[in-house]
Amino acid sequence: MGRPVTSGAGNHPNQLLLILQITRALREGQISSTELCQRCLSLIRETKIFNAYITVTEQLAVKQAAEADKRLKRGKPLGPLDGIPVAVKDNFSTANIETTCASKILKGYIPPFNATVVQKLLDQGAVLMGKTNLDEFAMGSGNTDSIFGPVRNPWGYSRQFREKHLQSHDKEDSDWVISGGSSGGSAAAVASLTCFAALGSDTGGSTRNPAAHCGIVGFKCSYGLISRHGLIPLVNSMDVPGILTRCVDDASTVLGVLAGHDPKDSTTRQEPFEPFELPDEIDIRNLSIGIPKEYHAPGLSSEIVENWTKAADLFENAGARVLEVSLPHTPYSIVCYHVLCTAEVASNMARFDGLEYGHRSKAESSTETLYAATRHEGFNSVVRGRILAGNYFLLKQNYERYFVKAQQVRRLIANDFVKVFGSGVDVLLTPTTLSDALSYLDFIKEDNRTRCTQEDIVTQSANIAGLPAVTVPTALSQRGLPLSLQFIGRALHDKQLLTVAKWFEQQPPTLVGNNELSQPHLQ
Amino acid sequence: GERSCTDMISQMAFFSVTKFYDYRLDICYLSSVYCSNCIYRHHFTVKNCFSSSKSSWVGVVGLEVHAQICSNSKLFSGSLVQFSAPPNSLVSFLDASLPGTLPVLNKRCVEGAVMTGLALNCTINKRSLFDRKHYFYADLPAGYQITQQRCPVAVNGMLTYNLCTGKNRNQTTLKSVRIKQIQLEQDSGKSLHDDARFQTLIDLNRAGVGLIEIVMEPDMTCGEEAAAAVRELQLILQQLGTCRGNMAEGQLRVDANISVHQPGEPYGVRAEVKNINSARFLARAIDYEIQRQIEVLENGEIILNETRAFDYKSGRTIPMRDKEGKQDYRFMPEPNLPPLIIYDNKTLPSNVNHQQVVNIDQIREQMPELPSVKRTRLVEKYNILTEHSITLMSEDGLMEFFETVAENTLANPRKVISWIINEFLGFLKQNNLTVRQSPFKPLALSELLDLLEKGVVSSSAAKQVFTEMCKKEGKSASQIVKEKELGLLQDQAKLEQICQSIIENHPKEVSEIHKGNWKVLNKLIGQVQKATHRRAAPNLVKAILEKKLS
Repeated sequence: MGRPVTSGAGNHPNQLLLILQITRALREGQISSTELCQRCLSLIRETKIFNAYITVTEQLAVKQAAEADKRLKRGKPLGPLDGIPVAVKDNFSTANIETTCASKILKGYIPPFNATVVQKLLDQGAVLMGKTNLDEFAMGSGNTDSIFGPVRNPWGYSRQFREKHLQSHDKEDSDWVISGGSSGGSAAAVASLTCFAALGSDTGGSTRNPAAHCGIVGFKCSYGLISRHGLIPLVNSMDVPGILTRCVDDASTVLGVLAGHDPKDSTTRQEPFEPFELPDEIDIRNLSIGIPKEYHAPGLSSEIVENWTKAADLFENAGARVLEVSLPHTPYSIVCYHVLCTAEVASNMARFDGLEYGHRSKAESSTETLYAATRHEGFNSVVRGRILAGNYFLLKQNYERYFVKAQQVRRLIANDFVKVFGSGVDVLLTPTTLSDALSYLDFIKEDNRTRCTQEDIVTQSANIAGLPAVTVPTALSQRGLPLSLQFIGRALHDKQLLTVAKWFEQQPPTLVGNNELSQPHLQ
Repeated sequence: GERSCTDMISQMAFFSVTKFYDYRLDICYLSSVYCSNCIYRHHFTVKNCFSSSKSSWVGVVGLEVHAQICSNSKLFSGSLVQFSAPPNSLVSFLDASLPGTLPVLNKRCVEGAVMTGLALNCTINKRSLFDRKHYFYADLPAGYQITQQRCPVAVNGMLTYNLCTGKNRNQTTLKSVRIKQIQLEQDSGKSLHDDARFQTLIDLNRAGVGLIEIVMEPDMTCGEEAAAAVRELQLILQQLGTCRGNMAEGQLRVDANISVHQPGEPYGVRAEVKNINSARFLARAIDYEIQRQIEVLENGEIILNETRAFDYKSGRTIPMRDKEGKQDYRFMPEPNLPPLIIYDNKTLPSNVNHQQVVNIDQIREQMPELPSVKRTRLVEKYNILTEHSITLMSEDGLMEFFETVAENTLANPRKVISWIINEFLGFLKQNNLTVRQSPFKPLALSELLDLLEKGVVSSSAAKQVFTEMCKKEGKSASQIVKEKELGLLQDQAKLEQICQSIIENHPKEVSEIHKGNWKVLNKLIGQVQKATHRRAAPNLVKAILEKKLS
């Protein structure tokens, strides 16, 4: 068990720094935002092979950093993120900056407005480094399906990994490790230190999965805490803007900036959100940690199981009550998610017709031909497949059999959590992924749908039930890649969840696999 | 550089097409329930060429009315609602369906729907839901319309209307039609097809404007009933201020579902007639369609479940282009809008901001007097005929005009109503004016009627004064009477002098009277009136002449 970022010797001067520390350094004048920004920009250039960014907003970043420096000099920073480099997944609308969803259909689309979360970051003085890569329209779990090419996991280029693998893979680029997805770009951007925090989106695990594979913290808050306005939707009723950071405290800081009611998003919670700081002294003795037995999913690697068990022991030894619990409807979450997701996808994607914005086919012989050709050319086969399936489920003759059934199952899954939490459990401890990150060649042996089915199994229930969940890195695997665990909390008990996650993060490293979990020591 | 949404839209407006399908007003089917409270039915009797038996067919008519809600901004966005604004000038990011935009419900539109529901005696659903209805059409940028299919804002209402009957349409029958549901939904944009250049131009100003869809049960039997129901609905909406109700401008759009059957038999296959832009055409379209269906059935053919358009030039309904099989709208709950919760005084939580919630009881209190209540009140207060009260309500502002005149004159209200309907309304209709465009104020008419009542002018002179008042010179009735010397001549000496000269100049008539033919006296009276430009007090003239000739 280790602090993901703070332990170990670094190659980069800013690698040890967390947002709270860098904020202090900025305010005390030990470093300027411009210097910070330049370091991040040069890191972006050095780590280009990861393909984490679709658009690097260099000029804008430099300008924002200079403005932040002026404010910092005057002693009047805008907030905790003033002058801090951040990155944003390319499915959040950014005014005057191309927003593609990694899809041909939105290539060249420049939104005229900022997503609420982007606006909030900018209002706090955050410095936007760029827009990060993703699976097309966030549909995927490997970040291997982007028109801009896949994202490579920084850990695949670490000393820890390379030392073990260069014997078997002599040629540098014959194979590499996936970042996880769909927010692979955001995860790789944070893991490679090109920014201090990144926005992802999380519909079935899209923030937590790549965060786990890239060895960083990935947080999906309770549904309704953070506005979705400007987030190009995958499944409206499950999408939550995700936060990827180097540590749990940073996730809490970013949550404080982003959360709150948004008049532009009717599904955000009405009551005001009070930003919180996590305590440093954490007492977990009265906590009850649930271990859901159904999360012993098929394909769970022995390393993950070992980690999971050790983590449970850690809590028990520290005085928490650890007990096995049951979420009996978990096995149905995949099929339920599949129906609800594809149905909403079919609906949400209907607007991409080439008339108002984005790609438009040359085939203009009739309106219908134009629509068909535009959409065929614009979407990849994964998106098209989900649109087809979703429309099938929504047909009048199928609606009751599929969509309504799936909604009922969704209720059952959510009720499972209600029952467990109602029985006195505070937080659930589960795996985030089945194993460490696969190599690209291994990953693509199965198609996108199969992979999502396998990978999302441990993460998607939290979306189905709207619960907060966070992944925290624990150790390196035998292969030298990050292993992580997930905590799932009660709805709107985000602070309690993050507090538990922080306690876990604070624990000294345990010997699981490779104990040297820090930054990927890039070669 | 900066690109505004409007820029983007103006750039997108052109693309080529060859076929157009108008799906946008398609509605779900009405349930076919036989109406037991329908008293009056038109019976169409048509001779079957192939048999000697006579069949008696009954028309079955249901309506779906789309009323544009009179609100400042659209149903789910902040764009203004305005008519005849430059194309694509009232388009928000949501209206253009930019990805990532979310709908935010307009409270004013909900209040409009609730008030309409109350006026139509509906049950207001305390919790209603929004759905997405999917179809591809160029002026529907999201690829779906947000509507209320499963659980609408109001259900189970009743619209009561007066049907003019009798030979001269001077009798009225009170009728009613059940309201199945009232739902909130988005309007579409407008497509302008340039067939010559194979282009379609899209104007999204109307896209997202709030609509109230009122679904009526098939309780009507003919065009006249449907037209009367729509006219009454129009009045109610206008009175409530929830819709301007101008059919020609598309603020009120009516689709009719029409079938025929023989009493006791199940309903026949329905055809839907669209694109009807006036109540008069609605009546004609329905009656044509009923006749057409009867003829089709009498010929042993079958009625197609199809959409037809009314061609007002030929007065016929014609099939609209085939929809390539049945459209499946793939309804789905709208995930971005929580259930619409409506409160009443009992359920209103104490901790909510009353400005932010819709309260049924509060809306009920704010409701203006409904047309039917007004009519009853008019009949009772002024002792006028029901038919007159209907006429008063049928023109915007006419009832108020009448009431002001009646309240400010000595003349009997029945006399006032006669002037209002025959003279005033006649003048307006002839000159194609609205009540608000009247050349004179109601008090000016009160004054004129006072002059008539007091005997200052004769009724024929009063009509002359009225004609002068219509010239819009701003002169009062008494001013006109004075200037044009239209006042009643009551000067005994002067009248005697005039009568004397008439007697002297008409020896033939005088001798007739002396022979005992007193009928001829009227001719002499006429001559006196002619000489006095019809200003002479008729009773005085008569008395003088009688005295002089007896």
